[in-house]
Amino acid sequence: MTTTFIFAGSGGQGIQFSGKQMAKTGMHLGKNVTFLPSYGPEMRGGTSNCTVVVSDGEIGSPSVSSPDVLVAMNLPSFDKFEPKIAKGGTLFCDSTLVDKKSAREDIKAVYVPATGLANEHDLMGFANVIMLGAILKNTGIFGIEEFEEFLVGSIPPSRAALIEKNKKALRLGWEL
Amino acid sequence: MSEKVLMKGNEAIAEAAISAGCLYFFGYPITPQTEVAEYMARRLPKVGGLCLQAESEVAAINMLMGASSAGTRAMTSSSSPGISLKSEGISYIAGCDLPCLIVNVQRGGPGLGGIQPSQQDYYQATRGVGHGDLRLIVLAPSSVQEMASLTAEAFDLADTYRMPAMLLADGALGQMMEPVDFSVFPKRELPEKTWATNGTKGKRKKNIVNSLFIEPDKLEQSILARYERYAKVEAEEVRFEEVMTEDADIVLVAFGITARIAKSAIAEARKAGVKAGLLRPITLWPFPKKRLNELADTAKAFLSVEMSMGQMVDDVRLAVNGKRPVSFFGRTGGMIPSVEEVTAEIMKIGESL
Amino acid sequence: MKTVFDRPAALSDVPLHYCPGCTHGIVHRLVAETIDELGILDNTVGIAPVGCSVFAYNYFECDMIEAAHGRAPAVATGVKRTHPDTVVFTYQGDGDLAAIGTAETVHAATRGENITVIFINNCIYGMTGGQMAPTTIPGQVTTTSPYGRKRNVQGSPIRVCEMLSTLDGVALAARVTVDCPKNIIQAKKMIKKAFQNQLDKKGFSIIEVLSTCPTNWGLSPKDALQWLRDNMIPYYPLGVYKDGEALRDDPAENGQ
Repeated sequence: MTTTFIFAGSGGQGIQFSGKQMAKTGMHLGKNVTFLPSYGPEMRGGTSNCTVVVSDGEIGSPSVSSPDVLVAMNLPSFDKFEPKIAKGGTLFCDSTLVDKKSAREDIKAVYVPATGLANEHDLMGFANVIMLGAILKNTGIFGIEEFEEFLVGSIPPSRAALIEKNKKALRLGWEL
Repeated sequence: MSEKVLMKGNEAIAEAAISAGCLYFFGYPITPQTEVAEYMARRLPKVGGLCLQAESEVAAINMLMGASSAGTRAMTSSSSPGISLKSEGISYIAGCDLPCLIVNVQRGGPGLGGIQPSQQDYYQATRGVGHGDLRLIVLAPSSVQEMASLTAEAFDLADTYRMPAMLLADGALGQMMEPVDFSVFPKRELPEKTWATNGTKGKRKKNIVNSLFIEPDKLEQSILARYERYAKVEAEEVRFEEVMTEDADIVLVAFGITARIAKSAIAEARKAGVKAGLLRPITLWPFPKKRLNELADTAKAFLSVEMSMGQMVDDVRLAVNGKRPVSFFGRTGGMIPSVEEVTAEIMKIGESL
Repeated sequence: MKTVFDRPAALSDVPLHYCPGCTHGIVHRLVAETIDELGILDNTVGIAPVGCSVFAYNYFECDMIEAAHGRAPAVATGVKRTHPDTVVFTYQGDGDLAAIGTAETVHAATRGENITVIFINNCIYGMTGGQMAPTTIPGQVTTTSPYGRKRNVQGSPIRVCEMLSTLDGVALAARVTVDCPKNIIQAKKMIKKAFQNQLDKKGFSIIEVLSTCPTNWGLSPKDALQWLRDNMIPYYPLGVYKDGEALRDDPAENGQ
């Protein structure tokens, strides 16, 4: 079983963090994983994306043209990658920032008002984590407890104050 | 829970070098390899080593030459334009028979080119990395794990044969993260560096590290002696990986990140009924030419897949030596070939067989 | 019988290849005497340049490295940083140090590399046969400035000691010459100080030695010395431009 993800959005939305957490959880659970970031000047303010592959077998290409899962956190990302989602794949879209719906009938689309929810729940900057909760719930790729364990484990002691917010955001996305 | 850590390729190089006993790094920042220097700058002072940011790539390679002359395990790393600048020093290092590690995390060229991954420096690494008759041992990792293990191995190979080794990676491998296990790198028995210029301490005659031989017969002798060592490397150190070549009609040849795409593509082709296989050179020099020639007895066609306009394909043709047709598919300028494109290329060849 | 004059142990017992009247031989001897007197032969690593003194690796009895053109200070940095207890010196000409290797020179100096640099300035490229150097003085005729060095064409020469003396990493920058016994004694004194500075970990020390090139200047050895006095010393005044210690931070704060 192999699942390929593209996480895409703007710099500062925690796109790379989301991708890394997905890869890290897979690694800790004994799966093969790759995390391929976009890099260069665009990491500052422009578009940001990364490709993650999680597999029970050996991973060939870490670069993916048709992802099983697209996480689109802004409109340019939706426009660029939505047509590329593999048949039978899933779109996760931040519907606060993307006012479009997918017209495709061969994919599943999950609309999560992640940014709006973050603002409502005093979780500014945690829209990406809310989205991760929704991804776990809808794909079943990892259990929420194990994901949460490694999410908490990635937060350095100096930022321990963020642990509760991360947990809250993850649960919020999961329970939608 | 496994012992693995999720790490960037560039950081894996740095950590592996330190665990292999390399405590000195000389370099200059350039995308997409800068994380190597940054990692070294953070870690080396903590373990009694030194990361020195040089004023130029030229200075960095010459600092490396000085460290290596004095018998110290040391390295530099850069990306394509920086390696061009280092080429002078690399030639001197080869001419002085000094072991060291040079890392090239390739980006698109020529000129300033771009910062996305490429394999356009194959010719440079295997043919023209400096003036004169010289070779480098060139290792091509294709995973973050190999970024680490081949870094460690490159130092030992360099010491064993008293010659510079190059790790030829690319921006994708440098930037991507994968789990790495640092616990097991086999170590070689290494020769003593009796030639090092670190002060005679009154115990031996003076050593000279030098590449100048004004009399042509002397220079020729020194080169012939060096080529005897190169012949030994060619005889004993060729490394490659084969995937489903036993019954393959079409053998793909690809290295580095491209080999992984090729691996996915041969699986796709087999699903569609075309028997494809892969030979992945791990050493680009010495090149696995003997094995490729053997495969030409069973396979019907070869396809070299590269992130360039076709450089390694020359070596594939030389190895196959006219026995079978050799074709090429590549993307260049920082574009990574897709699994679909490569599969389509295999299918096209499959139809023509 | 009492020996009153002998070859220093640090100088190899081989014939030097330098032209008659060339002052390289004198400077080699001063460096070798210094190495003997400080008792550091067993622990010294010398770096030879590209230029007339390229074969210096055959003339000193310590470990020697032959560097690429201009890169000696970078090579020296690599040796010294990995082996801080060795004594490391470079021996470079004007083209090597002040043209193709300017960056390596300036940055080794500003880093305060604890090395000794012996800089031979003779205003010309000797080995390649008399071309313009970065230190060729205005009006001087060379094979590549056949109408004399013109400031509007080839620009002005570099005064290396003055330039380097502005850098915080430099402990000692002094210009000497070897045209007469008095000046040779002064040159020896400064060369010795430049090595002693290294033993005392004071930082980058450079001794610029104004030298002659009778062959490429087209003069007899004696006339060449006079040309040096008449033309070089006025443009490149002898003296100590900096004498102190490189500015450094406490090693305990280096992140270790």
